[in-house]
Amino acid sequence: MWDYAEKVKEHFLNPRNVGEVENPDGVGEVGSLACGDALKLTFKLDDEGKIEDVKFQTFGCASAIASSSALTELIKGKTLEEAESITNRDIADFLGGLPDEKMHCSVMGKEALEAAIENYRTGETVTHEMEGDVVCTCFGITDHEIEEVVRDNNLETVEQVTNYCKAGGGCGGCTGEIEKIIQRVRGEKKESGEQKPKRPKNLTNIQKIQLIQEIINEQVRPSLKADGGDLDLIDVVGDDVIVAFRGMCANCKMAELTLTDVVQAKLREYVSEDINVYEKK
Amino acid sequence: MDTIYLDNNATTQVAEEVFADMKPYFTEYYGNPSSMHTFGGQVGRKLTEARNRCASLIGCDPSEITFTSGGTESDNWAIRGILAATPNRRKIITSRVEHPAVLTMSRSMAPHGYNVVEIDVDENGRLDIDQLEKEVDEDTALVTIMWANNETGTIFPVEKIAETAHNSGAVFHTDAVQAVGKIPVDMAESKIDLLSVSGHKLHGPKGIGFLYVRKGVMLRPFIKGGHQESGRRAGTENTAGIIGLGKACQLAEQNIEKENTEVKRLRDKLEAGLLEKCPHAFVNGDSENRLPNTTSISFEYIEGEAILLMLDKYGICASSGSACTSGSLEPSHVLRAMGVPFTAAHGSIRFSLSIYNNENEIDKVIEVMPPVIKRLRELSPFGRRQK
Ligand code: FES
Repeated sequence: MWDYAEKVKEHFLNPRNVGEVENPDGVGEVGSLACGDALKLTFKLDDEGKIEDVKFQTFGCASAIASSSALTELIKGKTLEEAESITNRDIADFLGGLPDEKMHCSVMGKEALEAAIENYRTGETVTHEMEGDVVCTCFGITDHEIEEVVRDNNLETVEQVTNYCKAGGGCGGCTGEIEKIIQRVRGEKKESGEQKPKRPKNLTNIQKIQLIQEIINEQVRPSLKADGGDLDLIDVVGDDVIVAFRGMCANCKMAELTLTDVVQAKLREYVSEDINVYEKK
Repeated sequence: MDTIYLDNNATTQVAEEVFADMKPYFTEYYGNPSSMHTFGGQVGRKLTEARNRCASLIGCDPSEITFTSGGTESDNWAIRGILAATPNRRKIITSRVEHPAVLTMSRSMAPHGYNVVEIDVDENGRLDIDQLEKEVDEDTALVTIMWANNETGTIFPVEKIAETAHNSGAVFHTDAVQAVGKIPVDMAESKIDLLSVSGHKLHGPKGIGFLYVRKGVMLRPFIKGGHQESGRRAGTENTAGIIGLGKACQLAEQNIEKENTEVKRLRDKLEAGLLEKCPHAFVNGDSENRLPNTTSISFEYIEGEAILLMLDKYGICASSGSACTSGSLEPSHVLRAMGVPFTAAHGSIRFSLSIYNNENEIDKVIEVMPPVIKRLRELSPFGRRQK
């Protein structure tokens, strides 16, 4: 049996937003009985274009059900643009993580959402898995889907791809093709220099402050500490970040340089381009 | 919350009497049975007693039993040992529904120039005997077919298969890990050449089992080293394990009647109760030739792991033939070979009982399970459409 996070179990046993929205604005369906999991997502928008109501039906294992429930919680109250920026990783993170072998459940959630939004915009019923050429015939997975999971989750091996979207998990006849796709996507990434982590979009205030604290803790403080100094986060007001130097740094002549070239640069790289860092004296 | 354990084909609880017999051989009588001193010698005598008990359960001569580390080793050894002893025959015949211990081992011989043939089963999990008869020929070294299937409980006609094998001069091995202790087995009246048994499937400890090798059958050793087990299987004996296995075999012999009356009655009650209360459910496997303790039921339109996790909340332990529990993605190879439709294969649950189960437990499962199935179907897009 899998070692599930408490939140996964909780959302499995008490899933939120089960069912079908009446007269939905968007409907998305992915998966099939043959694949062993399937998800139907329906939503309705309010006057401001925000997701007012969303419901799901899922055939699948505990993590598939929990992922669907998490997805509905994540997108409720959001505009479609905001909802679109949610990745399968966000779904997994919301649940406190999923076992690697179960990441495909979170991918299914993202796909259903995409299909539902597409249905709202074009009025067409998109059968998501049919975009692109089918690479894995056992599970009906296309090259587009494989490219997407490789890109979104920075995958490196065929085994990981199988965990994330099932491709390659049946007869294994498609593994050579998957390997090529991985190489292609990773090659593109290198060329476009897309090695750095992407700056997340649409952070709430709390998420933003948490991220700033995280970057300071992980990327800034260790090098300052190595030189006998340190730095504390004092406040965040909009895009203004206020910090205070401690230890050796407090009296250092180079402090100003550290402030802009290290602290501000890191936060602009990982959090937002608009960030300005000030020192509290 | 009390555990309701209905997963006895996976493993069983060690019987109290078995543990009591084993215990002194860890702490008090820890001598090596191969030693010359009395201290070790007394352990040797206890091993002889264990061997006799094992032999009695399957009606063979004690010299025909060699202790191994369990079912997998016995299966592996039987296959490798026979192939090594008959180098001029290059064909292995097995079935599509074997345990991985047989299937993986057999398939691994293909790159070494062996022709590995896997016989089909029908929708009830019964072996295609016609196909088997056509395939067995002068080139066949070994036919290895299980006695009873671990997932569906379907029993294969092993005596008939042995006869077919012998007609072409091939050796017949059966993986009897699920059969021994549950149905009567008598090697004295049998044509079977080799038979694998595992301790932990019959209330003995894990890590111990034996391979029965009929007198006169040529079998090369698998593990080489010292002279233990008459040179057939080297390595200091797992003494406490062997003693436990011997006791478990003795108890199994005493309880075989109960397995086929009381356990079977409870199994039938469970099966009938669930089928009656859960629509879109059916049993996988042969209704007539089936282990008395096993039932595999498919619940259409829902997924096995989800069922198991919900049952877990009530302390009910069963197992699933579906993909998601194991990490592989397809339903079990057994259900696939039987052609169980995908709509059902993903939602199959195996209950396997033992003499330690009681009426109350079965009643509880019949009470708890239908709402669980209903609840999951409400969550499922397919379940809703079926209403
Ligand atoms: S084609 Fe992809 S696993 Fe079979």
